[in-house]
Amino acid sequence: MIAMTETILQSGFTPEAFEAFLASRREPAWLTLVRKEAWDAFEETPLPDRSLEEWRRTDLRLFRLGAFGLPRAAQSSHGSADQGSCPAKAADGRSITAAEGLLERNVELAGRLATWDSQTASSVLHEEWREKGVVFESLDSAIGQHEALLREHFLKPVVDWRADKFASLHAACWSGGTFVYVPPGVNVNLPLYTFSLLSPGQVDFGRTVIILGEGAEATVLSETASVDPGAPGLHCGAIEIRVGPNARLRYVNLQNWGTGVWHFAHQRALVERDGQLQWTIGALGSRLAKVNQHVALIGPGAEAQVNGVMFTEGKQHLSYHTLQHHQAPHCKSDLLYKGALQDKSHLVWRGMIRVDRDAQKTDGYQRNDNLILSDTVRVDSIPGLEILADDVKCTHGATSGRVDDEQIFYARARGLTRKEAVRMIVAGFFQQVFDRITIESVREALGDAIGSRVRECH
Amino acid sequence: MTETLAIRDLHVSVAGKPILRGVNLEIRRGEIHALMGPNGSGKSTLGLAIMGHPAYEVTQGTVELNGEDLLALEPHERARRGLFLAFQRPVAIPGVKMADFLRHAASNIRNPDRKEGEELIPMRLFRKELKEKMRQLRMDEEFARRYVNDGFSGGEMKRAEILQMAILRPKFAILDETDSGLDVDAVRLASQSIAEIGAREMGILIITHHEQLLEHNRPQYTHVMLGGRIVETGGPELAVELHKQGYDRLRAAYPEAAAASDALAAAVAG
Repeated sequence: MIAMTETILQSGFTPEAFEAFLASRREPAWLTLVRKEAWDAFEETPLPDRSLEEWRRTDLRLFRLGAFGLPRAAQSSHGSADQGSCPAKAADGRSITAAEGLLERNVELAGRLATWDSQTASSVLHEEWREKGVVFESLDSAIGQHEALLREHFLKPVVDWRADKFASLHAACWSGGTFVYVPPGVNVNLPLYTFSLLSPGQVDFGRTVIILGEGAEATVLSETASVDPGAPGLHCGAIEIRVGPNARLRYVNLQNWGTGVWHFAHQRALVERDGQLQWTIGALGSRLAKVNQHVALIGPGAEAQVNGVMFTEGKQHLSYHTLQHHQAPHCKSDLLYKGALQDKSHLVWRGMIRVDRDAQKTDGYQRNDNLILSDTVRVDSIPGLEILADDVKCTHGATSGRVDDEQIFYARARGLTRKEAVRMIVAGFFQQVFDRITIESVREALGDAIGSRVRECH
Repeated sequence: MTETLAIRDLHVSVAGKPILRGVNLEIRRGEIHALMGPNGSGKSTLGLAIMGHPAYEVTQGTVELNGEDLLALEPHERARRGLFLAFQRPVAIPGVKMADFLRHAASNIRNPDRKEGEELIPMRLFRKELKEKMRQLRMDEEFARRYVNDGFSGGEMKRAEILQMAILRPKFAILDETDSGLDVDAVRLASQSIAEIGAREMGILIITHHEQLLEHNRPQYTHVMLGGRIVETGGPELAVELHKQGYDRLRAAYPEAAAASDALAAAVAG
């Protein structure tokens, strides 16, 4: 069993701290170079402000990057080292203290990976899959084990690490994370599950890399949460997905951070010829979220279905920017985002279907529906199309509306309390997107989480 | 003691405008009453006000169920006391399956003290019951899986209201134009269905323009509403007369109420 030693590097994002971080990681030289280049970009790039179109609706003035520091470095050792605040050590991988994620309830898993403040806490992959060449472990450890595969990936990353200051910071300082590799033709018929926890005041710089070989199939469920639901924290992450030719990936990403967490993420998937991706985002937590979720269809016949389930309350600000990029002909993309808002929360969705000149016979669809539960919320829903090909079918739609008083009265006349009625109406609102999610534990987790959040409605 | 729904001197306004102007009506359990009258006379207002629709303000009068003041209760509490309104225009709730909606409703009404989150009627038990009722009402099983009133035809909506009544088994039910928008055969089926689900054990107020709905549910009393008041009460023969001859005789007899009724109908139409 491996114990962890911690070096606290809580001096903010200074060059000295970065040097110490690099030194603690003992990584191959090519990776150190990649990190240094990204660090330079991070230092040169200002924090985005509202003069940029993409940040126009997202106010970062209360964000203090200096209040956080680099991820704590984890080192392998065999001594009786200080275990710090990282209590998740059991060999069965099932005991990040008492924490059980929402998505793993009553689900038989092929593997489970837990991280805590960007450090790997436990990692399990059942033997059957290991023997078939499946890799499911922390990205940290995978760098050592699968260097060739990852070097190729890192030198041509899926996410643009120059996209903004956060993308660069992440590329320089990622830690922990998840690596999933499914060899060609292998079908992992049980879900792989990752659970990432964040402690008060800490950071999560986890990076997820998922690679499916030709004809491979897998289901990956990822979930993030805070130890203390009100405590501050910083997540600066990236998700990179490669769906090979004819491969099929179902990916679910539930962000359930506490309401003190700043959540910045760049997420992008490449889908090759005849590959299929179903990507579901559940967004419940965080104080402020700015997420770019991009899907690129790069081979003929590729398909992507993108689902979003958002619920905001309090003073949460969640901003999701989606791109369905059709780069090849005969591809299909279908996006459905649904959000419900209460209190003084603010939800932004800005979607784009981009069709390149050669992407003829594109079938693109995007839709965003929002349900307003109180008069003090704000919702921005901005669909967009950029089409350079001339033989395509692209449509979009967006609606925002209140819960109808007549619906509430009708349900009350059948013996439901007002609250029960509103919960039922909200659940019904999300049903259309739940109907698309074929994984029962995901539907249940999202349904329960939303149901318990709905209060009164006026 | 016979169970009674008693409406006394009921005055109701909508957006400050008086609609009901002193309605008196007493229904005992086991009785069927027909309520007729031209558009704008206040029939639907009576049903919605008794059920507790927030837009309908009671400015005077009382409604009591077995001596208990219904007006002091929330709509869901009235429903749990055994009151049912079959809506003239049922409301769609997209994404909520009829079976789930009714299971919640039935759990609350059969266990009036149920708090939210407490147990519902077991799924299997309820499904079985629902299936039997649907068979009795000659409804397709598919109905239970459809979303509440979502994309229903006029006839389907009205039949769904009868199904809900059959499941919830109220003490008192108000059927607000459960025949409107239906063809003759559909009205006959509705009439028959209402009788089959045990209307005789309830106290029922049937609001209708036509007598077909009364075919299988012969009323002991027929009331005529005009200008927000019940101006005449008779036996079943009055319903037949009104259906055949219209309201001219009553308009002539109650010109002031007829004028008030016409003004409201015009306001609604405008």
